[in-house]
Amino acid sequence: MTATEPTEAVTGVPFTLNGKEYEAEQGELLIEACDRNGVHIPRFCYHKRMKPVGMCRMCLVEVDTGRGMKLEPSCMLPVTPEMKVETESEATKAAQDGVLELLLTNHPLDCPVCDKGGECPLQDNAYAFGPGESRFVEEKRHYEKPIPISDLVHLDRERCILCDRCTRFASDVAGDPLIHFIDRGSSTQVNTFPDHPFSSYFSGNTVQICPVGALTASPYRFKARPWDLDTVESTAMVDATGARVLLQSSQNELVRVLGVDSDAVNWGWLSDKERFIYQATNSSSRITEPMARGGGQELSPVRWVDGLSSAARALQIDPARVGVIGGARLTVESQYAWAKLIKGVVGSDNLDAQIGDGLPAVLTLGLPRTTIAQACAPGGIIVLIGPDPKEEQPSLYLRIRHAVTEEGATLIEVTPRATSLSDIATVSLRSGPGSISQLVANFFAEVGSVEGVSDAALAKVRSLLNTDDPISVLFGRGNLAESGRYTEDALGVIRNSRPNAKFLPMLRRGNVVGALEMGFSPGFLPGGVRNFGAGLENWPDVPQTTGKNCDGILRAAAAGEIDTLVLLGADPLDDFPDSALAHDAFDGVDTVIAVDTFMTASSRHASIFFPAAMFGEVDGTFCNLEGRLSPVRAKVTPPGLCRPDWMIAAEIGSQLGFDMGFATLAELRAEISSTAFSFAKVDWAALDNAEDGPLLELDRDWDLEFGEPAEPPVVASYGMRLIVDRKLWDLGTMTQEAGHLASLSPGAALHFSPTDVQMMDLANQSYVTIDHGDISFDLPFVSDHRVPPRSAWLPARLPGFDVRKLLSAGRSITSVRVRTSEAN
Amino acid sequence: MVRQSATRRESGGLGVTTHTNDYVPHAAGYVDNEGPKIVTSRFTDRDSHTLERFEATGGYRSIRSVIAGSPADAAQLVKDAVLLGRGGAGFPAGVKWGFMPPVWPRYLVVNGDESEPGTYKDRLLMEQDPHQLIEGCLITCYALGLNMCFLYVRGEMALAQERIATALNEAYEAGYIGQNIFGTDVGIDIVLHWGAGAYIVGEETALIESLEGNRGMPRLKPPFFPAAKGLYMKPTIVNNVETLSNLPWLFQHGSAAYKQYGSEKSPGSRMLAISGHVNRPGVYEVEQGVVTFRELFYGDNYCQGIRDGNDLKMFIPGGGSAPWFFEDQLDLKIEAADVGAAGSMLGSGAIVVMDETTDAVKACLRVVRFFARESCGKCTPCREGTTWEEQILQRIYDGHGRPEDIDLLLDVGSQISPGPYPVAGWESEGMTPVAFPPKQTTICPLGPSSVAPITSAIRRFRSEFEAKIPDPDDSNSDSTNAEVGS
Repeated sequence: MTATEPTEAVTGVPFTLNGKEYEAEQGELLIEACDRNGVHIPRFCYHKRMKPVGMCRMCLVEVDTGRGMKLEPSCMLPVTPEMKVETESEATKAAQDGVLELLLTNHPLDCPVCDKGGECPLQDNAYAFGPGESRFVEEKRHYEKPIPISDLVHLDRERCILCDRCTRFASDVAGDPLIHFIDRGSSTQVNTFPDHPFSSYFSGNTVQICPVGALTASPYRFKARPWDLDTVESTAMVDATGARVLLQSSQNELVRVLGVDSDAVNWGWLSDKERFIYQATNSSSRITEPMARGGGQELSPVRWVDGLSSAARALQIDPARVGVIGGARLTVESQYAWAKLIKGVVGSDNLDAQIGDGLPAVLTLGLPRTTIAQACAPGGIIVLIGPDPKEEQPSLYLRIRHAVTEEGATLIEVTPRATSLSDIATVSLRSGPGSISQLVANFFAEVGSVEGVSDAALAKVRSLLNTDDPISVLFGRGNLAESGRYTEDALGVIRNSRPNAKFLPMLRRGNVVGALEMGFSPGFLPGGVRNFGAGLENWPDVPQTTGKNCDGILRAAAAGEIDTLVLLGADPLDDFPDSALAHDAFDGVDTVIAVDTFMTASSRHASIFFPAAMFGEVDGTFCNLEGRLSPVRAKVTPPGLCRPDWMIAAEIGSQLGFDMGFATLAELRAEISSTAFSFAKVDWAALDNAEDGPLLELDRDWDLEFGEPAEPPVVASYGMRLIVDRKLWDLGTMTQEAGHLASLSPGAALHFSPTDVQMMDLANQSYVTIDHGDISFDLPFVSDHRVPPRSAWLPARLPGFDVRKLLSAGRSITSVRVRTSEAN
Repeated sequence: MVRQSATRRESGGLGVTTHTNDYVPHAAGYVDNEGPKIVTSRFTDRDSHTLERFEATGGYRSIRSVIAGSPADAAQLVKDAVLLGRGGAGFPAGVKWGFMPPVWPRYLVVNGDESEPGTYKDRLLMEQDPHQLIEGCLITCYALGLNMCFLYVRGEMALAQERIATALNEAYEAGYIGQNIFGTDVGIDIVLHWGAGAYIVGEETALIESLEGNRGMPRLKPPFFPAAKGLYMKPTIVNNVETLSNLPWLFQHGSAAYKQYGSEKSPGSRMLAISGHVNRPGVYEVEQGVVTFRELFYGDNYCQGIRDGNDLKMFIPGGGSAPWFFEDQLDLKIEAADVGAAGSMLGSGAIVVMDETTDAVKACLRVVRFFARESCGKCTPCREGTTWEEQILQRIYDGHGRPEDIDLLLDVGSQISPGPYPVAGWESEGMTPVAFPPKQTTICPLGPSSVAPITSAIRRFRSEFEAKIPDPDDSNSDSTNAEVGS
């Protein structure tokens, strides 16, 4: 997708290619200059997004740089003025012939049973450039046929042509150097280190970039042949980065997802979650028909119309007694439809897409927004205040990592624990309990010191930030056991100290930025409208008072002030950080309406369950954390009676006696454009074919008021500060329903700093006891240098222990008492 | 830094036993030929490796005088002396030093990963006179204005590692390495690094990769010329052990004295490691461009003839990578340029002599097998091609060859090294002259090196190959191929 870049360099480098004159860009590699000018040079090891190695020798061409014709690898050779290149000469062809014959000497010709057969670069190049017949009569090299190198990837070393793509990706791009070459000569092979599986979050990329069938993905092995696949371009919805993907199906079943090289977003890379989560769509546990509780207590199938009319009745109450949670799973179109139903028709403002683990919508909507490309630009300055990007936004993590390791970007990290970026960060600082805003304020102060932070580090940050260059602030909730207020304050400090700072929200849930844009937050209407009084075009009404967020809705429900709770793909019982409050809330409501794909802990309590069509089954639009729109496309038909979410909203609207005004996606999109300001100029028709997707116009220029930062709370001297965040692999519903991903989450264990392990004299033990109120929990623990002293880190939603039992919504920080366990 | 190595040894890390002076060489050792003694002056002393002996015989005096002068003067002297690199390419060290851009930090890397088949002269230099090498390193560091030197010593050379580690510790103790050496404000550190036994790491860019902690695989030049983008992508000079061992003598006696030895093109002496069917194999220090191969093989001061009075069949003038020479080349002077023009290379000075009893096919197979096993696996033509060559040769040697195998062998070679391959004896055979080095489809010359024995042997001894190949039409043949064909 380089076409978006200027193709005319300011000073072109003239060169001769097959007798014709061309111009290359300054420093452009010969293979790229040839690509751009429509001359294809065969290659295996060259990959646009990785450093060239010149390993396979397939791209040898004859080049004359003034010293006579010589074979040179075009992937390693920058074009120089007056260079003469022959890609079709006898010598070039002989070299190509030779390399292919040599590659095929030891390559098993098992193409008929190889997953890659039909889309294999080795096959293609052998046909196009190869000698046709082999003179190799010896026994081919033999290895044990595919060996699993991780839970997701199999390696067939016989097929491997040693191009160094997977190994380079693992070490250079992902930063997980878990696979490498071993042995020498023709026995050279890719392998893992003993007892260290290739357990990278990005392992699936190696399968995609493998030019032969050496690396295959467990979920796709022997599932389909490439020529049987139907393909559409779509967008991954597992996190807010919105990586661009190809969805591929065979016989109306999703079988594979590939990364699309989008310049603006993911550069072709995907996390394994984005790549393999499609298996949840195929899960046999999907709920495929509407259900309701009849006279009996069991949920049983009902007709759509009966379920819809029951739902309408449950919503025809005092709007203040209706609460709606969720919506980040939905497309922008469905979000609009639901926002209109709840805020415009029902009249309730109790609508929140974040489930107690985010930050106020006004920050995302109102702070000046940057883009991934701007933040990760060469020499840029990135300030990270939030969770570990590798766990929560893995595709974004790869971009940040590249910017820091390859492009000279500066990364200043202010996080509660060391993250996956700490090793490469320019400065990595730990924020103390509730004191992040005080630490950040010190960045912009002339003098001063902060406890627990070295003066040298502080001085370095001051000098790095003492610049007029734009600063990109990536923000999110780094610690769910602490109030989001502190992060909010820290952002306020930066906003006030550096008015030219730009921000990128690292909110976790899929289409959460789209949801906020569509009004899925109390106090907002679609398009970021805050002024309720004016009303909205096409809407019968708007709420007159600001409603409650997720936290507030659950509190009100627990107090008996909410009668009808609508869950839009939300599972607060398993997901809301305060599990006790969530349970109380469910006890306090009359009717739970769940619009979901699976039976979750929460939807199990539903009185009415509407089966929604999900990722891969619906057309729509995704809005990523930059505010960039990209298409979400249906590839397979929804199972059973599942329907897109927006249709369910429209049907409930008509049951309430209101014509929502749209019966098709096109009508819905037209209404969004006329209602939501930020969508006014969106060219919906062009969206499907847009290369990087358009950015919403978000120059909101709001004058955000940040109050005085809160004072850090007093930390109990006996306690250890609890740090709670998320892992990529957890007990989330989608992950658990995506067969091969279900077993990847690590067991719950407390992580202590090695210092604390020593101080608490735990060296020979494996369990500790946590006292929480009257209850005690025995938990395994590990020593982990990423954890600061006097802290205990435990990610949420891991098998073995639900850390949410220790959390209370509204508590500013959480401390736990830890003692030696009798379980040892 | 260097103490780390010593500590590892004391703790028994790699199980290296401490040698004493009763060391018994496991390959032929130094032979005193009464010629020049520029680098071997202490080789006949049993305690040549000690600091005491070194200082008693003029050691660490050159560096003192060098430090008293300017770095530029020191570099100029090396340039004036036309000190040619002894690692293989024979490039003038002074010119190479001049390629360094004015960028700091910059590094000196000493290539002690001597592993070319037939070469064992650097091993002796490191075992017998480690302080001479260290002084050479110090002079180079000062001349290049750098303060960090890495000594990369081949993994298998236990005694050399031992002696260098001891010598470095002695020199650190004495204040000759480290901060404020010799009481000046100059600081130079020398780090000893052990290789792990890969031939390819003798190639300078692969050595740098290995030194950085990566798998030893060559980098492409350009862009990765070490002088500009070397160790840690900083300017790096990689010099051979013997090259630097020349410096103490050179600075003690001056470039004019140095140039009195050797020829105009190639001043000074060379360490030659001679092995094979001669009566007195060993390492000889000989004047460059003065002695001929004939004198070397048959002279009384040198190898004293071929064993059993046999005739010479062929010899390899510069290590396993070099195309073979035959008796036609015996009167060539031992000098890099002349040997190169004759279609081979003097390389690292490893000469392998083979007499008339040698089986050319077997000799060829043996050398090719070495390269096939030592290919690093990076470039396809080398990785797959060298093994294929070995398989074909093995088949021919075993008597299962096919008539087309000889040309196939040459053709596989041409995929690694396209175009005409340098070959010796072109004049007498009326062939077009082709000078060394050959063209290559690979990053480094390892792959093309495997072609050298093949083209040399087939060109000269094709009939020997043919004799091993059974006639496919001969039904009496007991070869496998014949049975399949009938």
